[in-house]
Amino acid sequence: MDTYTAMRAFADSWALLAMTLFFFGVVIFALRPGGRNASHQAAQIPLIDEHPEPRP
Amino acid sequence: MALMDKHAILERNATLLLAGSLLVVTVGGIVEIAPLFYLENTIEKVEGMRPYSPLELAGRNIYIREGCYVCHSQMVRPFRDEVERYGHYSLAAESMYDRPFQWGSKRTGPDLARVGDRYSNEWHVQHLMDPRSVVPESIMPSYAFLKDTPLDPRGFSTHLVANQRLGVPYTDDMVAVAEADLTAQADPNAAQTDLLARYPKAKIGNFDGDPQALTEMDALVAYLQMLGTLIDFETYDETAGYR
Amino acid sequence: MTYGPQTIGVGLFAFLALLGAAFAADPLFAQHMGILAIVLAIATVVMLRRQFFAPAKTKVDTGYMDEVVRYGSIATMAWGIVGLLVGVVVALQLAWPAFNIEPWFTFGRMRPLHTSAVIFAFGGNALIATSFYVVQRTSRARLFGGDLAWFVFWGYQLFIVMAATGYLLGITQSREYAEPEWYVDLWLTVVWVAYLVVFLGTILKRKEPHIYVANWFYLAFIVTIAMLHVVNNLAIPVSFLGVKSYSAFAGVQDALTQWWYGHNAVGFFLTAGFLGMMYYFVPKQAARPIYSYRLSIIHFWALIFLYIWAGPHHLHYTALPDWAQTLGMVFSIMLWMPSWGGMINGLMTLSGAWDKIRTDPIIRMMVAAIAFYGMSTFEGPVMSIKAVNSLSHYTDWTIGHVHSGALGWVGLISFAAIYHMVPKLWARERLYSVRMVTWHFWLAMLGIVVYAAVMWVSGIMQGLMWREYDAQGFLVYSFAETVQAMFPYYVMRAIGGALYLAGALIMAFNITMTILGHQREEQPIGAPVAKAPSSLQPAE
Repeated sequence: MDTYTAMRAFADSWALLAMTLFFFGVVIFALRPGGRNASHQAAQIPLIDEHPEPRP
Repeated sequence: MALMDKHAILERNATLLLAGSLLVVTVGGIVEIAPLFYLENTIEKVEGMRPYSPLELAGRNIYIREGCYVCHSQMVRPFRDEVERYGHYSLAAESMYDRPFQWGSKRTGPDLARVGDRYSNEWHVQHLMDPRSVVPESIMPSYAFLKDTPLDPRGFSTHLVANQRLGVPYTDDMVAVAEADLTAQADPNAAQTDLLARYPKAKIGNFDGDPQALTEMDALVAYLQMLGTLIDFETYDETAGYR
Repeated sequence: MTYGPQTIGVGLFAFLALLGAAFAADPLFAQHMGILAIVLAIATVVMLRRQFFAPAKTKVDTGYMDEVVRYGSIATMAWGIVGLLVGVVVALQLAWPAFNIEPWFTFGRMRPLHTSAVIFAFGGNALIATSFYVVQRTSRARLFGGDLAWFVFWGYQLFIVMAATGYLLGITQSREYAEPEWYVDLWLTVVWVAYLVVFLGTILKRKEPHIYVANWFYLAFIVTIAMLHVVNNLAIPVSFLGVKSYSAFAGVQDALTQWWYGHNAVGFFLTAGFLGMMYYFVPKQAARPIYSYRLSIIHFWALIFLYIWAGPHHLHYTALPDWAQTLGMVFSIMLWMPSWGGMINGLMTLSGAWDKIRTDPIIRMMVAAIAFYGMSTFEGPVMSIKAVNSLSHYTDWTIGHVHSGALGWVGLISFAAIYHMVPKLWARERLYSVRMVTWHFWLAMLGIVVYAAVMWVSGIMQGLMWREYDAQGFLVYSFAETVQAMFPYYVMRAIGGALYLAGALIMAFNITMTILGHQREEQPIGAPVAKAPSSLQPAE
């Protein structure tokens, strides 16, 4: 098998699978129960930003 | 304190995720594109392909400069109507010396991949100077100034050198006589045997109809007249084609 | 001298440009360097003259570095008008070729000017200005690097001027949306690295524990564009004193590299960057947090995962190997999901406050922008299906698709962001006129609808005409006949574009008056007037 065929086979099989799995990992991480509070806090950032000091 | 620790981890994670984003796009790009760079080894060598002659290359540069690719593609797709309208579908090998490629993305005008030999030199000159005088429906701008713009062959060998550095098989001999070749191709009275040995099937002639001056019109028409003419599809073996 | 070294530096570069013009290897390089020398000489004079005046008093001290954002907002508006105007001109050139003035103003040179002016001059300035605005406020920190932000701003303007004048002179690499030649590319690389330093530095010194999601999108945009720009523009110049370069890649490889760049310019420049805008300005203007922060994170990852693979759908049925085409198609179709996730996230932010669409024309503009984002990210995957693409490719359908995204999504969200920022940046109570925003909105909507509908019809019609056979098995139409059939659509398209331009001109007036500190006396929108027009209650 020459390099080209090997690489294209890798590109549309294992590489694809690895990226899909990594992606699902990210989704699960984002949706994990422990992240609820953090994301709630982060979502408030734009609404309280008039001064360059840390919020009280 | 425990809360603070949690924050610290979160921050680090967030930064990590950002670094990850670069990784994702880089890997995605590499995985998809990299195999293509090994394609050269598998692509069948198609009989007839050769680097552009100096005059053709100069013409190609004018084609690029004027943005012809904005309205004209050079890529015939393998559909019945396209093959009947424009000729044999385009092969990967046909753009192997194209730096950059000129496949285009829009057909405001017709495909030009095989426009060579379809019209006479006189037609091309007339069409470029006043498109609507030969094609009344045309909306192409006129390029009459090309006929008044002299083409200076001096220093053109540097263009071949740049291509040579990138791996285009121009020989040192070709580079040495590039400027002479450029002039000779547009001069029907010059001795042409060497030129044709270096660049088989090169079209020779006084392209712009003005034997006195070497103009940009000469170069552009020379380029247009060679497009798609290098491969002889009478003898081309379809089954050997790699797609 | 306040800016001593900087002034000397610019002056020195002006001199170098002059030398470049004098020793140029080809006449085009001489002309281009001449332009550069003039621009830099003017910049030097301006900088010298600034020494004679006390620095202008900052209008409002928010503690943030906002002067560069003010300049950026004005530049966005100005380049937007230029880009749209050139767009109308090229539309007219297609309808009436007499509008082509050779050699400098032919369609082949003007169209790259239009696309670059709109994408990079208008869009780029909008992104730089809003990213500086957003990153400071969501990080609660001043911009990192001090005057480096000014270098980014002015360096980017210089890039635009060099790119634009280059196109008209005929200096181009012919790589779509990456046309500038090697030396302009090098300059952009320097500016872009500085941009990354400023942006990343600000994030790193933030006083907020979280990195707000808008900054993720902005950062992905900056980093990815840097990578795409460098790889796609790899080339060997013929001479270091000449304009011409030859691409490092050839043929198939070159085509894939270019469309990998080209599609991700859409994905990361025109989508990710502007999504960053959406994730800040929509919650801000609606005064409520984003509908689902976690959905926005998934949106982010899905988007950057999928977009990077989608490029080959620009090369369906070409000499590109089939597997790459199929990969491109599959990923393009999958992209539909995260795109709509993002659209839903943006729209649902308004849930419970839908009346704002009626009362706040800026919110209305944002909602329309998000709706167009949804529409064009639905249309895109459809067009990436090979069977559809065989009809749509090379036709005006693609142009219509691009414009529903560019005018609808990119244009409207940028306009809305500027409407939001300008009163705050100049400490004005409100815009000069809120009702003019409504005028702008409807003119823009009308323009987009006319433009997109006309391009659908002309694109599909031309695609069908190209492949139409008669009973004897002959092609029915010559190519010239299909060109002739486009004429009425090209005229209508120009009208659609002109309507959109008219809306932008109204905005420019409105913004100018706001900056100058005027306020138009007008009834607030959606106020009690509509409720009780013949009220007998006494006025307060």
